[in-house]
Order: sequence, then C-alpha cells, then structure tokens
Amino acid sequence: MTAFDEERLARLIRALPPAPAAWVRAAQELPLAKAELDEIVARAEADADFRARLVADLETALAAEGYERDPAVIELLKVRLKSK
Amino acid sequence: MAQTLSDSQLVARCRSGDQQAWAELVDRFSRYVYAIAVQAFRLPESDAEDVFQEVFARAYQHLDKLRDDAAVRPWLAQLTRRLCIDRLRAASRERPAPEEELELAGSEETLTMLEDALTVHEALAAAPEHCREILDRFFARDESYRTIGDALELPAGTIASRISRCLVRMRELLEGRSQPDSPSSPR
Repeated sequence: MTAFDEERLARLIRALPPAPAAWVRAAQELPLAKAELDEIVARAEADADFRARLVADLETALAAEGYERDPAVIELLKVRLKSK
Repeated sequence: MAQTLSDSQLVARCRSGDQQAWAELVDRFSRYVYAIAVQAFRLPESDAEDVFQEVFARAYQHLDKLRDDAAVRPWLAQLTRRLCIDRLRAASRERPAPEEELELAGSEETLTMLEDALTVHEALAAAPEHCREILDRFFARDESYRTIGDALELPAGTIASRISRCLVRMRELLEGRSQPDSPSSPR
C-alpha cells in the first residue's frame, strides 16, 4: 500500500460501506442450513425425477416439496448441484 | 468488530466447524465482496446479491480446498471477480457486449483501491474502539454528526475534532508509529 494522508484514509474507509445486513445474515447462516441441505442432496441423489426438477427450477421444486425458502440453503444447493 | 484472529486462524476454525468463526469470516470480508460487485463491476443490486451469496456459499463448500489459509482474502477476491464476470457474460447474451469489454470490467484501479480500503478497515478493526466506531459511522455508514452524537452520547460539537484526531491516530497505526490503545487509555 502506498503512502496516505488523512484525506486518503477517509476515502478508503468510505470505500467499504457495510453490505446489506440481510445478505450478511444469510451468508452467516450457511452452517445452519447444512443439515437441511444434506437431506435435499441425498433425496436428489436417490430420486432422478426430483433432481431433474431441482436443476430445472430450484426454488419452485423446493417450494413444491414443502421446503421453506431459505436463501442460504438455495445458494449452497446451487453450488452442490453444479459440482455433481 | 475488533479483529483478534488472523485470517489463517479464522479459516482453520471455520474448517473445524466453528459456526462463530464462520460468522466472523463473513463479517470480515462482506464489505469487500460487496464492494467488488457493486463498485468495481457495477452490478445491479439484485445481481450483486446473487454473487454475494454464491461467493460465500462456494467459500463455505470449498474451504478445505484452500491451500494456504492466509490467502483467503485474494481467494475470495478472485472468486468474486470470476462470478461477477460470469454474471456480466450472462447479461451480455441478452444484450451483446464485446468480449474485451467484459474482460475490462472491474477496473484494476478500483480493485486495487478496494484492496487498500480493506487493509485500512483491518487496521480500523484493531484501532481503539472510540476511533473505530466514530470513523466507521461517519465515513463508511455516512451517518450525520447528530446521529453519531445520539448513538455515542457525544456533543455534536466534539465529533469533528474527534474524527480528525482519530484519522491522525489511524495514520500513525498504519505507518507503525503507534500501538493500539489499551481500553483504559485516555481519550
């Protein structure tokens, strides 16, 4: 990092405002989502039809099966389904 | 939040399943990931949110693949950049843009500035609490003197001078000319 004066410091502090609190909370809850996620992935591995519906439209497929719309689960599931 | 664990210590704790450590990791890097998406790549808010969540979901899923725990910061930055470019590429399929334009998105100048900004925020996290709070509220959260005064129970007239003194203190801390205060240090 190059030298800085107080004006530059102020500019750099200003450059990182907080991310929206709800986004941060959802990302922090990823570990809590893991149990539900593992259950969904296990079902998808055992049931090709369910997996196809998840891949086609993840949120609709989860809602149809009675899962709550948890952003943390959805994001993790996207990653898991892509990596399979 | 005061920063007590190094990045590599934090990653090691996350890998061992410590949920509190994961929450701290997200907290530590959330502003950086957010800023790369909205400032460097100028993604609309909804795309930025998707990228933000995917960055942390991938990080959580693949943390064990990180070869050097201390390198979590560049790893997250690279992941964010890649996902932002993917997002822009997907958008350009609907509204075609030249490939070079996509590669140029996320100007190096802005990305370098954000790296410096994260370094300053890390120093801020180690700064005395009275400085950390007031500088973050005024500059990063864009709060007025009045709001800060109410929250910190300070007369509005003293806020400007305290901000100024804290910036000097930050500069000294970053240049290694001063140590962080103990909680009992005079203010």
